Amino acid sequence: MLRLWFHSPLQLGLAQALVAAIAALAVVVLARRRGVHLEVETLIAMARGLVQIVAVGSILVILLRAPRWTSGFLLAGMIVAAGATSARRAKGMPGAFRVSAWAIAFGAGSIIALMTSVGVIDTAITSLVPVGSMLIANAMNTNGLALNRFRSDVLAHAGEIETALALGADARHSVSPYVQAAFEASLIPAIDSMRSLGIVWIPGLMAGMLLSGARPVYAAIYQFVVLAMIFAASGLTSLVSTMLIRGRVFSDAEQLLLQPGR
Amino acid sequence: MSAPLIPAPVILRAEHLARSVIDKTLIQDANFELRKGEVLAITGPSGSGKTSLLRLLNRLDEPTSGTVFVEGQDYRGIEPRELRRKLGLVTQRPYLFPGTVADNLRFGPAQRGVTLGPGAIEELLTQVGLKHYAGRDVANLSGGEAQRVSVARTLANSPLVVLLDEPTSALDEASKLEVESAIQKVVQSQGLTCVVVTHDVAQAARLAGRALVLESGRVVRDGPAEEVLRA
Repeated sequence: MLRLWFHSPLQLGLAQALVAAIAALAVVVLARRRGVHLEVETLIAMARGLVQIVAVGSILVILLRAPRWTSGFLLAGMIVAAGATSARRAKGMPGAFRVSAWAIAFGAGSIIALMTSVGVIDTAITSLVPVGSMLIANAMNTNGLALNRFRSDVLAHAGEIETALALGADARHSVSPYVQAAFEASLIPAIDSMRSLGIVWIPGLMAGMLLSGARPVYAAIYQFVVLAMIFAASGLTSLVSTMLIRGRVFSDAEQLLLQPGR
Repeated sequence: MSAPLIPAPVILRAEHLARSVIDKTLIQDANFELRKGEVLAITGPSGSGKTSLLRLLNRLDEPTSGTVFVEGQDYRGIEPRELRRKLGLVTQRPYLFPGTVADNLRFGPAQRGVTLGPGAIEELLTQVGLKHYAGRDVANLSGGEAQRVSVARTLANSPLVVLLDEPTSALDEASKLEVESAIQKVVQSQGLTCVVVTHDVAQAARLAGRALVLESGRVVRDGPAEEVLRA
């Protein structure tokens, strides 16, 4: 229907973005009726996301012609931004940005390095940056989920944690059930994505490969490869971030710093 | 001529203990000592800092200034886990860990590599009136039973001092009497050194020989329970 009214690709794109944004905002209104206030966060996230992706799209042509070594800088910049974004899910947790940045750098970075070195990811900037960014973005989401779950559990179980401390438990041991729960919960989306691949959804990368003329079977296998890499990068990130953050919620004298109402 | 009475040794001494958070003073310049075998009640109105003071004694919170000496040693020099084993805390809510009563009793000693045998578990449970409860799932305990398990769990660590934070305030009247009587029995039979935080003046008088009254984080009275609590 939109194609009937808008003929220029730019106008069509903006109209499509507007319709999709209206659908997203309708959900925000529904959430508000149920007492969940996501208005400001969603509006900012949508506006930011649109501006960022348009900006990246605009400079992509230049970036994709840049020399190979610039990929490293681009991916490093993405890791820092991803660390800052997911650290916001760990409000009140000391050192959340550092933990997030290191975890994503280690989790996504090591999988990117390994896969590039064995030839699973092509070293051409046109391949390395988009695939690398997918791994980093998913590692960021997983990290945010892990930290958010860990924070909620620690706040909800401060009494149990302090009881364990009062009985002489090691600080790290006193939060180990919540570390494990956060790690497991953070990987649910990645596991579900792999489980439902091809049945519930056909990811964008595969659709893009098919549109650009790749063989369907190769496109399908490569999509699985990408999802497996996403799982590996996300899992490693979550493992590292939950390991690092558990020590940060305690003082040197093994006092629980993250407390309800503090 | 009778021999002079030798006072029991001081086990715990708070010296200029204070804690403030951002814009609020929780405890101001608290000074007191506790002798072996003594039962001290800390009482005062709601929000006067009773629990804050107990948390400072156990070092679950850090003093802003001042310190506590445990058997003459500054507690900042004692490894936190060892300190908390020595100053066992019973919290207002029991917070039992999932599993059996015996699992809960084994928790503390297991932290330092000690396995509590069935005999020791039964003895601890007998002291709090729950002799045959070792194999019970904690999910099936009443509030009073859970709090008595919590007391036994703290005793399993053989603490020098037992810190009780409003141990009966979350219980109904019948359970409150059960728990109080269990505490009284254990304290008397073992000659335990205790600090009991309670807002209930009558309970303070029943349990303690000495009382300390807090108001707005400051110790306003300290002395024999009969005199202090009557004032």
